[in-house]
This record gives sequence, structure tokens and C-alpha cells, in this order.
Amino acid sequence: MYEQFKARAEGVSAEVFRFNTRMETVEFISGFLRREGISDVPGSYALWAESPFLDGIDRQALDKIGGLKFEVTRDLAAVARFGISQMNWAMADTGTLVQDSSAVEQRLVSSLTEIHIALISTGSILPDMPTLLTRLHPDQSAYIAMITGASRTADIERVLTIGVHGPSRLVIVFCDELEGAN
Amino acid sequence: METEFKESINKAVNNANLTGALGKFSEAYKVNRAKAYEGIDFEELRGRIAELKSYAAGHLEQLSEEFAKNAEARGAKVYRTSEPAQVREYILKVARENGVKTVVKSKSMATEEIHLNQYLEEAGIKVGETDLGEWIIQLAGQTPSHMVMPAIHMTKEEVSDLFSKEVNERLSSDIPRLVKVAREQLRPAFLEADMGISGGNIAVAETGSIVLMTNEGNARLVTSLPKIHIALVGIEKLVAKYSDVATILKALPRSATAQLLTSYVSIISGPSPNTDGSLKDLHIILMDNRRSEMAADPKFKQALQCIRCASCLNVCPVFRLVGGHVFGKIYTGGIGTILTAWFDELKKSDEIQGLCIQCGACKDVCPAKIDIPELIMEIRRRLVKDQGLPMIQKAIYAVVNNRKLFHGMLRAASLAGKPFTSGGFVRHLPLFLADLTDGRSLPAIAAEPFRDRFKKIKQPKCREKAAFYAGCLIDFAYPEMGESLVKILNKAGIEVIFPEDQTCCGAPARYNGAYEVAAGNAVDNIKALLAEDVRYVVSACPTCTVALDHEFISTFESLGQTEWIPQAKELAAKTIDFSTLVKKLVDEGRLTLKEGQQLGTITYHDSCHLKRTLKVSEQPRELLGKAGYQIKEMFECDTCCGMGGSYSMKLPEISGPILQRKLRNIRETGAATVAMDCPGCVMQIRGGFDQSGGDVKVRHTVELLAEQLKD
Repeated sequence: MYEQFKARAEGVSAEVFRFNTRMETVEFISGFLRREGISDVPGSYALWAESPFLDGIDRQALDKIGGLKFEVTRDLAAVARFGISQMNWAMADTGTLVQDSSAVEQRLVSSLTEIHIALISTGSILPDMPTLLTRLHPDQSAYIAMITGASRTADIERVLTIGVHGPSRLVIVFCDELEGAN
Repeated sequence: METEFKESINKAVNNANLTGALGKFSEAYKVNRAKAYEGIDFEELRGRIAELKSYAAGHLEQLSEEFAKNAEARGAKVYRTSEPAQVREYILKVARENGVKTVVKSKSMATEEIHLNQYLEEAGIKVGETDLGEWIIQLAGQTPSHMVMPAIHMTKEEVSDLFSKEVNERLSSDIPRLVKVAREQLRPAFLEADMGISGGNIAVAETGSIVLMTNEGNARLVTSLPKIHIALVGIEKLVAKYSDVATILKALPRSATAQLLTSYVSIISGPSPNTDGSLKDLHIILMDNRRSEMAADPKFKQALQCIRCASCLNVCPVFRLVGGHVFGKIYTGGIGTILTAWFDELKKSDEIQGLCIQCGACKDVCPAKIDIPELIMEIRRRLVKDQGLPMIQKAIYAVVNNRKLFHGMLRAASLAGKPFTSGGFVRHLPLFLADLTDGRSLPAIAAEPFRDRFKKIKQPKCREKAAFYAGCLIDFAYPEMGESLVKILNKAGIEVIFPEDQTCCGAPARYNGAYEVAAGNAVDNIKALLAEDVRYVVSACPTCTVALDHEFISTFESLGQTEWIPQAKELAAKTIDFSTLVKKLVDEGRLTLKEGQQLGTITYHDSCHLKRTLKVSEQPRELLGKAGYQIKEMFECDTCCGMGGSYSMKLPEISGPILQRKLRNIRETGAATVAMDCPGCVMQIRGGFDQSGGDVKVRHTVELLAEQLKD
């Protein structure tokens, strides 16, 4: 199912990566942020929304990255370039990520930023939406968010253009070692 | 038709930007949609959608109540009303109570339906559309021309002019740059807004949830940043079960924009916390505005199955020429015509319903299985019932309902038409009739109609008999097609009889809403065609075949006349179209075509009624192939030729460009001949080639096959 997910997600211009361990995943993310120019000035911050992933790692390496913040407010989100959050499920047949976004911070980092880095455990891939709806119910979540690729529009002359109100890049990072938050 | 309406059509068809953008989109859409549905059983899927939405339409009150109860249990405030005015007042009240100064909106047709923006603006509240297309038309002071793509009628240059004014800087027309400007301009609006207003794509009764879909991500911001969220939902968006969401979402994005899923889907079930820790003030308004009246109407209940994908607009040969503005201000295209008749008023649909050419393309792709063409016909019927027919049509139908008089006039027309005739065509008509021959010549009325020629045909005695229903065009304009048919059936051992009392099939009256006239035609034809016991009633005109096979019955049903229904059913059981019958005879070994012929390439035009109502498309191709023709398919082979019976006379400004596109597609195959099964299409396409030049031969399949019978 991973291969199907990857193909579908890349079909809607998402970037998909997969790593074995948490360690490798953290290294990739730090490297990515540095390459893309993270810094401690407005417009270049990265915000990492609360996620189970963070509980299982040694954060020391992350603390050294200037501009990476674990505090999410709307003011900070409005001037952050990167948002990092953990997803609960993925749907293979459409290349979609799914999150219980009841906490507004989860939405801020994935909707106001330019680059959304979405973390997910490889074991969380489901075949399709009917299956998902049996796993995630409104009783558990007041705001279920599904994300498929980057923000897009074709409202001017039907020309597909990426990045309108939401992120222009969606970077999906699978981690095999990560257990699902579900 | 009103001059103003005709003017809006002329303006649209002569707007190269509009027809260019819509034309390109509609061509790409067909290909992309097919790709998006790969591996999916569309019929099965739309069967399920129709079923679940039909259930919902039948239980609107119960589901509204259940929705309200469940959403309120989660902490949302639910307001139910049937009145648009009360919706506006409620929203303003919430705004006033909370000191709201600015509102951001994500796309909602329901708010357009009740003219909410104008109302709030007049009350001093600033309203900002955030969907890019909606924002563009808001800046331009226009209304949406398409339900899914509101600004599809505008060019990037026009958008750049608008944006330049907005930012006080001369912008280029580079689209990614324009999109970036929109992002930058709208971002502060999102952050400052006191209230967010959205629509709802689905409302789930079982869980009290609303589902919002966008590609741009604006609905996520509208529902996350302001402390108040109001969702305005028409009650036709209700579904019973949470699992129904997956069923609708499997079709909606595929049908709307050929996507597997929109970029963002949000399922909101009760309030969630705001950024300051307080709980969202979530209001959901369930609006009726005549929807439950519609649900109580046995004919129109099915229109509530609509999931608002707008695929009926995307495949419509008329919409792609004129765009949404000709249709009115809010709901456009096929389904829009129906919704306007209800949500606005029947009278407003008077003109726009006439835009439908009844080609059936929308019915084929509707993911909710709505018979849109049939419902538009029903609107026509009710309009005629309410308002009567225009005088000129009344006069025409008085004649059509009197066979002897009607046929007498057609014979007279053969003589009267002489001054305008050359080489079998009428090329120019004088005065106000000139439009009829603009871009297309009309066939001259035959000097000797088929009914006279038939008497001279010597037929072999056969055990089996078939009654030939000629229809007006073959009888009076193309009698040679009838002769070819007799020749072929005789060869297969079938004797053809021609019941003299047969008359017009009633299609012209029916398609103009004159059902009483059509019913009169039906009775006359039933009597004539059932008088002698025959195995088949065969027709070489698909429109006539559809009348005999389906419409006599449905016309009687619509009028509540039961007397002739059994006989109409008896006739329908015997009715068969020409190609299907001949294919059957060839398969049974009763008819053999010449073998080993190399007749060159040919292209085939699918007639609307044959392909989409009678579901016949392979039979004529196989027969032509067997006869020795090599078929080279044209682009959009099953798109309407623009004939549509009297449509081409009422709206030549639309019929003309549709025809030109068809001629171009035929020419591009390089085939020397184009075949088709409908004398109406022959009339349109042959007439088109006569005026535009080019030596493509336009033939009915019956003529081509009659030449290739094995002795």
C-alpha cells in the first residue's frame, strides 16, 4: 500500500520520503529545514505542533536548530515558513493524509505555512476512505482534516497553480519505527 | 424569446475568451474525467449515490431533525428555516451581537442564492470572498459563471487589471504571480476576520457533521481563524449516515474537476477550540427555500439528488458556447435551469430552459443519476400549461395535429420553395427567415414524398411483415432513404407496409412543451401503426424511434391520460431502430452484405437519441465495417450536431457554432464520407457542408448499406 500511496501523492505534487528509524527521520527533517533556509527571523521559522513522535526522541539535536519552535500560536504561525505535524492515517487509493485536527494548532501549522512537513507511521496506511471512516469517527474528533497534495487552484484560465491559501509544498515523511498514534 | 436574452446569447457566443476557455476546458474535462474514474464501476457508484440521496430527499424533515439534535448535542447551534430572509436576518443578528466588523467566506452557492453579501455589506459589515475565483468576480462586481469555477469566463489579463487596481501596482498577467498576490492580499483578511461563513458540501444527520471541500485551503482558514463560524447548508445536502460521506466523496471530486480527491476535506462535528482557548461559536443554518416542496413533487424530487459537481455544465455543448451568465445569476447549466425554476421562480426559467438542446450528454455523466433533460422538458410542459404557447407555435401545432392539412402544406411547400431551391438545397431564405439558412442550407421538400413513391415499389411476397414509420423528414425531404430501407428489408425476406395514416411523431411539440399536441400525434400514430399485425415497426429516424419506443408512454403519463397506455406499450414492444434490426438480420444469416470490399475510410457521427436514449452505437459501425468501410473515429463523435429539431430554428446563433465544430471534427478525419443514422443530423450536417464547402459526403447508414447488398 505504501507504493500506491506514494504514487498517488506524488501525482498531486507531494514529496514523499520513507525512513526506518526515528533517528533517521529526525536527521532528515533537520537537514531539510537547514537546506531550505530555516532561521530565527519572522518568515523563516518552523513550528512543530505537539506530536507523539516528539515524545520518543532525544530533542537535543533539534533544540540547536535556530528558528525551530515547539510553541504554536496564531501570531507565530502567520510568520512561519515551515509547519511540522503528525498525521493519524493515510489513504492509499487517493494519496491522502488524515488527522484528528480538533486542536487548532494542528491546523495552523498545516494551513498558514508555506511548507508543510507531515510525519506519519508507515503502519498507518489504510486502503481507502470507507475503511478510514470505520476508524475515525466524529465522536473522537470534532475536526477531521484530510489533506491530498499541496494547496492548488485553477481559477485563472484553468491553469493549475500550486499554493493559494495553504502550503505550496507538502513533504510527507514516513517512519517505519513510529507506532501509529491510533 | 426576449430580445435582451437573445442579446446576451449573441454577446456570449461572440466572446472569444469565453468560448475559448470553456471549449478548451470541456475537451480536456472529458479525457481527465474518464481517467479519474479508471477502475471504478461508475454505474454501480451512481446507483448507490442516487439511492442514498433519494432516501434523504424522501426524509428531509426527519433527517433535519436528527441532524439538529446531533449537532446541538456536540455544542453547535442549529437554526432551521425555510425563508431566505430569515437566514439573512439570523446571520446579521449573530454578527451584531458579537460586534462583527469583517467576515471571510469560503465558497457557498447557498449564500449566493439568498444574496447574502449585498445584505451584509448594506448593514455595514465587510464581506470578503476567499475562494480565488469568487474573489475575482467580487472585485469585478460580477456573478459566478460556473458553479465550480466561478471566474472561468475571465482572462488572465482581465484578472491582472483587477488585481493591479487592488494593490495599486501594475502587475503582469503571469498566473503564478497573480495567485501569489491573492495569497498576500487575502492573508490579513483571514487573520482579522471576526466571523467565517462557509457552505457545506454534505451534512450528516447521524453525526451532526458538515463536510467542506476545497482545493485552495480557504475553508480550513475560514473555519479555523475567526471565532465564529456560520455554515449555511441547503437541506438537500443532508445524508443519513456517516458512511455515506465516502460514497459521495468518491464521485464528487472526480466528476467536478477530475480529481481523485480535493486537496482538503474537513469534517466538522461540533465546535473545537479557538486559538485563544475559547470554544468556537459554531452555527449551522439548515435552509429549505422550497426544497421540501420540490421533494414532494414526484417529478422533481430526483433533482435533490444533485451533489453539485457541475459535470452537467462541463459536458453541455450549449454551456461551453454561452457560459453561465446567459443562464442567470446563480445556478447555471442543466441542473441550474431546474434549480432556478424552483429556488427562484418557474417564470425565470422560461428563457433559459429553451437553451437545452435535449442531447442527453448530461444525463450520461450525472453521478446522482438525475434525468436532467427530462426534468427540463417537464419545466417546458408546466410553462406551456401555465402560460400557453406563443401564437405562432399554436398556429403551427394546429396544423401538425391535422395530418391531412399538415401533409398538404408540406406538398405545397415543395412548390412554394422552388424559387429558393438549387441542387436539392434551400440556400437562402428572405427576411427574418434568413437566420435559418445562415451557415446551413435546408433540404428542399421532395417533389414526390415517400408515401407516393412507396406505391410504385414492387415488393416480393414475404411471410414476415414490418411497418415502416418514416417520420416527416424521410417522408417529405429524403424519400430515397425510405426506398433504401425497403430494398434492404425485402432482401432479408421482410415485406414492408406503409400505414398511410401515420403522422408527425410529436417530438417537435413535446420538445416545446406542447404535450397535449404530442399526445394527439401519439394516438393517431398508435391507431395507424397497430392497424395491421406486423412483426416490427421500424424507423430510420432515432428521434421518431424514441417517440414510439418511450415518449408516447411518458407523454400520456405526464398528462395523466391512461386510456392509450396499453396500446402505446404494445407499439413500443414492436418498435426497433433501423441499424439494430439490420444487425439482427445479418447475425441471423437472413441478410448478407457484399464480401471483400475495400470502400475506403468513413467516419461515423452518433446521433443523440440513438446513442444515449436507445443505447445504440456499435451496430451501425459493425455493419459499415462488414460492408467494407474502414471507420476512422472523429473527435467527439457523440457530441450533438446542433440540430435538435426546431432548436436550430429557434436558436440558430447557438446551433450554428455547434455545427461548425462538428464539421471541423469530421473534416479532420480526412474521411470522404460521414455516416449517421438520423435524417435530422443528415439535414444539419449536409446543409453545413453545402454552405461551407468541402466534398465530404453525408449519408444515412441505410443508403450506404443498400448499395452493398449481396445479390
